[in-house]
Amino acid sequence: MAAAAAAAEHGAEVLLVDRESRPGGILKQCIHDGFGVIRYEEKLTGPEYAYRDFEAVRAAGLKVLNNTFVLDLKKSEDSFSLLLQNPDQGAFQVSATALVAATGCRERTSRQVFIHGDRPAGIFSAGTAQNLINLHGYLPGRRVAVLGSGDIGMIMARRLALEGAEVVGVYEIKSEPSGLTRNQVQCLEDYNIPLHLNTTVTKVHGTKRVTGISVAAVGADLKPLAGSETFVSCDTLLLSVGLIPENDILEPLGPEFDAKTGGPVVDQRMMTSVPGLFSCGNATHVNDMVDYVSESGFIAGKSAAGYVQGGGKRGSLKVNAGKNLLYVVPQRLITGEEAVIYFRSAKTMDRVTLVAQAAGKELFREKYLKIRPPEMQKIVLQPLPPEVESVEISLGEAT
Amino acid sequence: MEKRELTCIQCPLSCRITVSGEGDQLKFTGNQCKQGIEYARQEVTNPTRTLTTTVATAFPDFPVLPVRTAGEVPLGKIFEIMKVIRAVQVEQRLKPGEVILENLAGTGTALIATADMCEGVNATAVKL
Repeated sequence: MAAAAAAAEHGAEVLLVDRESRPGGILKQCIHDGFGVIRYEEKLTGPEYAYRDFEAVRAAGLKVLNNTFVLDLKKSEDSFSLLLQNPDQGAFQVSATALVAATGCRERTSRQVFIHGDRPAGIFSAGTAQNLINLHGYLPGRRVAVLGSGDIGMIMARRLALEGAEVVGVYEIKSEPSGLTRNQVQCLEDYNIPLHLNTTVTKVHGTKRVTGISVAAVGADLKPLAGSETFVSCDTLLLSVGLIPENDILEPLGPEFDAKTGGPVVDQRMMTSVPGLFSCGNATHVNDMVDYVSESGFIAGKSAAGYVQGGGKRGSLKVNAGKNLLYVVPQRLITGEEAVIYFRSAKTMDRVTLVAQAAGKELFREKYLKIRPPEMQKIVLQPLPPEVESVEISLGEAT
Repeated sequence: MEKRELTCIQCPLSCRITVSGEGDQLKFTGNQCKQGIEYARQEVTNPTRTLTTTVATAFPDFPVLPVRTAGEVPLGKIFEIMKVIRAVQVEQRLKPGEVILENLAGTGTALIATADMCEGVNATAVKL
């Protein structure tokens, strides 16, 4: 919605295609608060945040296609051809000069964390449980264990406790929680939900319904320690084990991907390696703040409008994630233009300095008292001179 | 009061703050700034939270409506408030900000809708 509104504001004719019947994507089921802290300086709930954007879409009179799937994407010389399908119109073609993929991310599944064997009822991803409770009013279980301490997992632990379920524990294989500290305090500690670090689920018991799980302490190599296995009785296991950008639909177009983010490689205009194809939000990389999702949407929408009007510049200068960085977005830059850069640290570090360098020359420096991988950071890089060929961003000891 | 350990959530430093002492003689250790003291004082004297949950509705296409408390409510009253909310059914299609209940469990705080129940009802696609 941010991309659509921005593209329209900058003079483009816009069509917003959504597979769901109501606008807002995943925000609809994120009924907890904390959205919009940067953009509005308010703590909104997900549906309230989405409502504000939809009001803007409505006010701009944008064309919106709900209940509509994209079946196929093709690119010809100067336009994209989309095969769409919905219950009212059947299958039909639409063409566009620029395309913004704001397809979000999906959850890692039980098979991806190697939970094999029987398939009893009662194993849910945290987001599925969230959908069942918050949009449909069903409680997925009475006695619940959570594997992984991602934000959605901790938020769902609180949600289940509020709705009368017993949450027996949150099990995290790493030595620190993978979600935000605020969620650890307000979702787990507030409701006396135990958090077990350095612990993982080794087995799910039950054939028709989950009857319990085996949990074990892990060593430094994250492998279960022999003899530490114990049985925990529960009827439900929630998985909060990470998110992956959702871009399968872009495959026919073949944009270059970044293995570190799981999303397409973009420049600061959010354009991918395919001219006219833009990416934004959680489809580019998984964000922890919706404010940044919208921000990248605004950039992508504005840039897509510029592309349609003939501003087809493309970033070729490489941005490298250097020492102690998990990733940087964008991965390419256009010289002579300001750039918003997002990054995550590879590990928790105290008193560090972030430095951006090009050809041995320092472009930017910022100090951080503490930096953690779950908390994405943002910097603004001033326009680069045309002779710059690559930029390296790294984190080191504070100086 | 017994000693209490808290994690400050005012900034990413996440200081572990230990609170001891009684009444207005509270002692704080472990914090690295004044914000930590204010946070810890509030947390040991009167912790408050915004409660977000859902209420049942009369509409099969929108069976539960996301809601929140208009302001923060005492943490210790949350389950009492949940009991009140569970007894309610929404009979009208509401928009964000519209009030469902006033003065929840004597807190003086209202319960408001956070989602738009009108949008997407019988949604028909636009013709191109």
